[in-house]
Amino acid sequence: MSTHDSYYIPHKAVWPVLATGGLMMTLAGFANHLNGSSIGSGMMLTGFVIFLVMLGLWFALQSTESESGMYNHGVGISYRMGMMWFIFSEVMFFAVFFGALWYTRNLSVAWLGETGLPSGPGRSTHDTLWPAFQAVWPTNGPGKVGGDFEPMGAFGLPFLNTLLLLSSGVTCTWAHHGLLAKNRDQLIKGLIATVGLGFLFVGFQATEYYEAYHEMGLTLGSGIYGSTFFMLTGFHGFHVCVGAIILSVVLFRSWKGHFTPENHFAFEAAAWYWHFVDVVWLGLFVFVYMM
Amino acid sequence: MTAVVAEHDDHHDHHDHGPEKGVLRWIFTTNHKDIGTLYLVFGLIMFFVGGAMALVIRSELFEPGLQFVDPNFFNSMTTMHALVMVFGAVMPAFVGLANWMIPMMIGAPDMALPRMNNMSFWMLVAGVLLLASTLFMEGGAPSGGWTFYPPLVFQNGKSFPFAIFSVHLLGISSIMGAINVIATIFNMRAPGMTLMKMPLFVWTWLITAFLLIAIMPVFAGAVTMLLTDKFFDTSFFDAAGGGDPVLYQHIFWFFGHPEVYVMILPTFGVASTIIPVFARKPLFGYASMVYATGAIAFLSFIVWAHHMFTVGMPVAGELYFMYATMLIAIPTGVKVFNWTATMWKGSMTFETPMLFSIAFVVLFTMGGFTGLMMSVAPVDFQYHDTYFIVAHFHYTLVPASIFILMAAGYFWLPKWTGNMYNEKIGRLHFWLSAVSVNILFFPQHFLGLAGMPRRIPDYAIQFADWNMVSSIGAFIYGFSQLLFVYIVIDTIRGGTGEKVSDEVWEDASKHSLEWTVPSPAPYHTFSTPPARIPTEHF
Ligand code: HEM
Ligand SMILES: [Cu+2]
Repeated sequence: MSTHDSYYIPHKAVWPVLATGGLMMTLAGFANHLNGSSIGSGMMLTGFVIFLVMLGLWFALQSTESESGMYNHGVGISYRMGMMWFIFSEVMFFAVFFGALWYTRNLSVAWLGETGLPSGPGRSTHDTLWPAFQAVWPTNGPGKVGGDFEPMGAFGLPFLNTLLLLSSGVTCTWAHHGLLAKNRDQLIKGLIATVGLGFLFVGFQATEYYEAYHEMGLTLGSGIYGSTFFMLTGFHGFHVCVGAIILSVVLFRSWKGHFTPENHFAFEAAAWYWHFVDVVWLGLFVFVYMM
Repeated sequence: MTAVVAEHDDHHDHHDHGPEKGVLRWIFTTNHKDIGTLYLVFGLIMFFVGGAMALVIRSELFEPGLQFVDPNFFNSMTTMHALVMVFGAVMPAFVGLANWMIPMMIGAPDMALPRMNNMSFWMLVAGVLLLASTLFMEGGAPSGGWTFYPPLVFQNGKSFPFAIFSVHLLGISSIMGAINVIATIFNMRAPGMTLMKMPLFVWTWLITAFLLIAIMPVFAGAVTMLLTDKFFDTSFFDAAGGGDPVLYQHIFWFFGHPEVYVMILPTFGVASTIIPVFARKPLFGYASMVYATGAIAFLSFIVWAHHMFTVGMPVAGELYFMYATMLIAIPTGVKVFNWTATMWKGSMTFETPMLFSIAFVVLFTMGGFTGLMMSVAPVDFQYHDTYFIVAHFHYTLVPASIFILMAAGYFWLPKWTGNMYNEKIGRLHFWLSAVSVNILFFPQHFLGLAGMPRRIPDYAIQFADWNMVSSIGAFIYGFSQLLFVYIVIDTIRGGTGEKVSDEVWEDASKHSLEWTVPSPAPYHTFSTPPARIPTEHF
């Protein structure tokens, strides 16, 4: 059969194991750092650089192979499935933190404040330790952990950020239409806009965090409200960064003319990821900021 | 489903289709058989590492009183034994089988994403190395139990962040492995290999892969919260800040219960593959086996708090989790019924793989029954955190998952190596294992019912006799596993000297595709899809 009909199976892989070594070094370094060891942070940074370089080389190889026509339709399907299920695993990761928010807001804080079900496990904690505690949200708990704080409102920067991310979803789709219609100009402009909006979002979020820490007394240590607020929005912000970096690579490859209407897995994967990040944000806006 | 044909690299300068030479072959390999071998060997080594830890535990418990190790080290041993066995031995061994067998069973040239396959193996090694390094740290290895419950877990010393990051790496490894399994099964089947013609091993792994992708991120999230609670001032599990330590248990067991099914579903799959071959009959109720597997997987997500009956839950929760848990017995019962019915009136022979499989059916059923006992919430107050539950899960893991892994080894070694193992020593291995595993774990039911708590280095005098019996069983069981290592090495080096046929076992090629390729299986199989799909197994 011709090359095009065959499923490409690489003979060996050099980058994955080296990237793994880099990631392991990063985490071992981070752990040492947390344990107060002075070599920790250096080890962590070195490991992280190794990790990124190896991933970069790996992706560069994939891109070269794809350009030289080594991937047939079947390979493309495998990659799409891989990306889909990877995103599903990310959904589950966020679900844990949303779940923790739901549980604390609706169950544990209520029990601590005696408004929950009478047989709830936190009730005796209320009776014996904090009989005066009233269940309200937002809260930093009966111990007033982290001191007084002001909760984050929904209709300042966060609302603006919602608009930014939603429009970046639109520009991303617009770029995709450009790609399909072989309109290179529209593809590149769309991607530039998407990446730009993404980084603008991150910038606004950084501002929001700055205000929280310096003006509102709201920190990661502000009890359960601070914990859920910063962990959810923080992991999301991290994903926006990653997504924007992926999109930048896709932009670079578009500019080099890599993608065709039939063959543009990298673009699709990046777009899926971006829409996923978008949807998570909507969840955050509703459950963290508004409610 | 696409028709797939492998193309062996005429882009590069390789001339032959065989493996590279030297150790780099193993480090950079993308071949599903090489990676399968790596996983299997790694799993076997970890089985002995975890086993050594178990023998430390059983030595200390041989008699009441503290004799060999200090209590903190004892607790490290129970914790590390569980982590090493679950994440280092059983799961990797099944991933190894998946790598070796799934492409050969569905007529595919390799796994769908070979580079990621390589990475997921090395991520596993990295995770286990981080975990193992904690044994040598100030404060010792993690000692709060494999469940990492807060606030106890925060008392661990320097090991704490290493254990957490180890979980992250193991999680990444499992997720990548699972994605690969799904992509392979959905995308790489040979023409004609419809979903309902796949061997059950492939089916059970498909469903296991979904479980893994859904739960490993949950575990990663849970330990991330532990990390930030300890080092970054968050209050997820701290009531003073409005959090709740019980929240951790909910998240952990949302992962933990499906996790035990990750270890048992592929076990079911291998048993369903072996039993028909030696009963010389098609598997009884193929479709019901598939549906039962799916039902068990679904139920596994909605029963987690049966691990938390005594922790404090509203009564409605206790009742719900009690009834939901009982439901699992139904699809599980379907499976046991089908295995039995497959053997019914079969012309059975009792080679080593079959012996292990039959023992699995009997002894796993016992583990299932004790599970059913503990699912009754009010009674579980008596069983919880005693040796009864230790007996329960060891019956579902050792004479089930481990026995079936051994059975799989005996079953496929001839295909992998082209040589026949020594049947006499194989049977000796079986009988020693089957008898000693019961000496080891059966008395633990009595200990638990009499009230002996789990995870303690010392105990009241009335528990002495059965502990001694159990420890004796442990040593016999542990040392008899060395026979398996001997047999594996011996078989690789020529075995009985008899060259095995492609089919190895009588009429096996009617059941599944791997028996249609030469023994030993060549480095690349099904570069062109098979012409005929076996249908005997359903
Ligand atoms: C009929 C099926 C099963 C039922 C109804 C069942 C039920 C239970 C219950 C109620 C507990 C909690 C006991 C307690 O903490 O007081 C438990 C614990 C456990 N089960 Fe099962 N089980 C079943 C099958 C399995 C299988 C197939 C496995 C593993 C392959 C397994 C592994 C475990 C483990 C590891 C624990 C203990 C976890 C720990 O606390 O460390 N179970 N089971
Ligand atoms: Cu369970």
